Amino acid sequence: MNAATDSLPVVALRRIGSMTLFLGQVLARVVPSFTRPALIVRQVYNAGARSLVIIMLSGMFVGMVLGLLGFDVFQRFGSEDYVGVLAALGNLKVLGPVLTALLFAGRAGTSLTSEIGLMKSTEQLTAMQMMAVDPVRYVVVPRFLGGFIAMPLLTATFTMVALYGAQLIGVQQMGVDAGAYWSQTQNAVDLRDVWEGVVKSLVFGAAVSLVAVYEGYNAEATPEGVGLATTRTVVISSVLVLLLNYLLTAAFLTTK
Amino acid sequence: MIFDGLDITARRGRITAFMGPSGTGKTTLLRLITGQSYAERGSVKVFGDEVSKMSTGELFGLRRRMGMLFQNGALLTDLDVYENVAFPLRAHTRLPESLVRQLVLTKLHAVGLRGAARLMPSELSGGMARRVALARAIVMDPEILIYDEPFVGLDPISMGVICRLIKQMNEALGITSIVVSHDVQELASIAHDSFLLSGGRVVASGTPDELSRSDIPEVRQFMGGLADGPVAFHYPAADYSAELLDEAADAQ
Repeated sequence: MNAATDSLPVVALRRIGSMTLFLGQVLARVVPSFTRPALIVRQVYNAGARSLVIIMLSGMFVGMVLGLLGFDVFQRFGSEDYVGVLAALGNLKVLGPVLTALLFAGRAGTSLTSEIGLMKSTEQLTAMQMMAVDPVRYVVVPRFLGGFIAMPLLTATFTMVALYGAQLIGVQQMGVDAGAYWSQTQNAVDLRDVWEGVVKSLVFGAAVSLVAVYEGYNAEATPEGVGLATTRTVVISSVLVLLLNYLLTAAFLTTK
Repeated sequence: MIFDGLDITARRGRITAFMGPSGTGKTTLLRLITGQSYAERGSVKVFGDEVSKMSTGELFGLRRRMGMLFQNGALLTDLDVYENVAFPLRAHTRLPESLVRQLVLTKLHAVGLRGAARLMPSELSGGMARRVALARAIVMDPEILIYDEPFVGLDPISMGVICRLIKQMNEALGITSIVVSHDVQELASIAHDSFLLSGGRVVASGTPDELSRSDIPEVRQFMGGLADGPVAFHYPAADYSAELLDEAADAQ
């Protein structure tokens, strides 16, 4: 077993196995960790509230672009009223969950990895073990749950702001009739579409948070090791989110 | 192989010092005692129980009876001084807040940092961080206190304070202390028993005075701080002159 000479599939397989075992450790401690809810609330704040500004700004710009593009395309067919449908379905089903997860990986995921990695390199995790405190339960699980809980909330925020941004361009700037805009949107969007977005955001929340805490907890205890782990968090999370998005989209389409 | 034929006993209620040159395995020895690492062969017993055969629950039970002072303090950086010291109490007890407060302030007062209770670890000097870590290590009233290089990087005042605290903990509370260090003078002033490790074995043991009078070459070199002796100062390398001349020839 030599990590330096093993082929990429072997390394990937080993990492998946190790991450699955780690997920098992985390899940086994989820219920006990609710005895200290303050730790989880603080992590929801750290992962969620501190990402709000970047999420809202991004949501606004994405919504505005959808408004512009949608108007440009639909006006060719004289159906500008459908701009709202495009913005709503696009955001609820794909753009909201995916872009929120990618932004979350870059903002909160890297923060989680570097924080845990630095705790490891400064012997804080070892100190906890020496105080007979399980670091997975005290450090990892609250951060994992914080990300898992924050992600759907951030996705909802992103989607709402994006819908407002699309409306701002479509209705306020381009002059689409507000009544037609909203009635077409209401007719096209089903509860199932909302549900798809919610499921995706929960799955992405679990995936990105798991990758972030895993990479931090298993980072080499050196400055370079923590840096590499942080980079891996962004790369693995991003690819994983896009892969999961494809699988979930396909699953929702086939069960329609 | 890190250790060979090591036979060490730290007696209850005494200060036992492990000394030796850097890289000789002193910290590894502490990891074996605390169950952070396991020896492939041999036996490590604490309170009469074999550490390597303990389950995770038993190991955590053992660690509740121990306190450990880390080389850099290892304070939790997201908690202030007060919360760092209160951390083991909150993790293991359901004491009322008033009692937690009393215990934390008592321990902080003992290390002279009651006034720093609300400072964050990043606001502390190295010596202060070490003292806070000591307060945290004793807050659960452990039976064994382990110090990993407690004097490294300290100014003379902080070093004296830590030295005095280790002695006071031992005398006032009867705590069994294990100190790993290579600071001969400081250890000589506080240790009851000393073991000098070199090359993975104990080369000498006894009181610090006995060690300083020893005729064993390794002991004389270490206690006297001499560069020449059985413990090589230079890492094994090719002949110095030959290597320099080779480089000069390559450059031409």
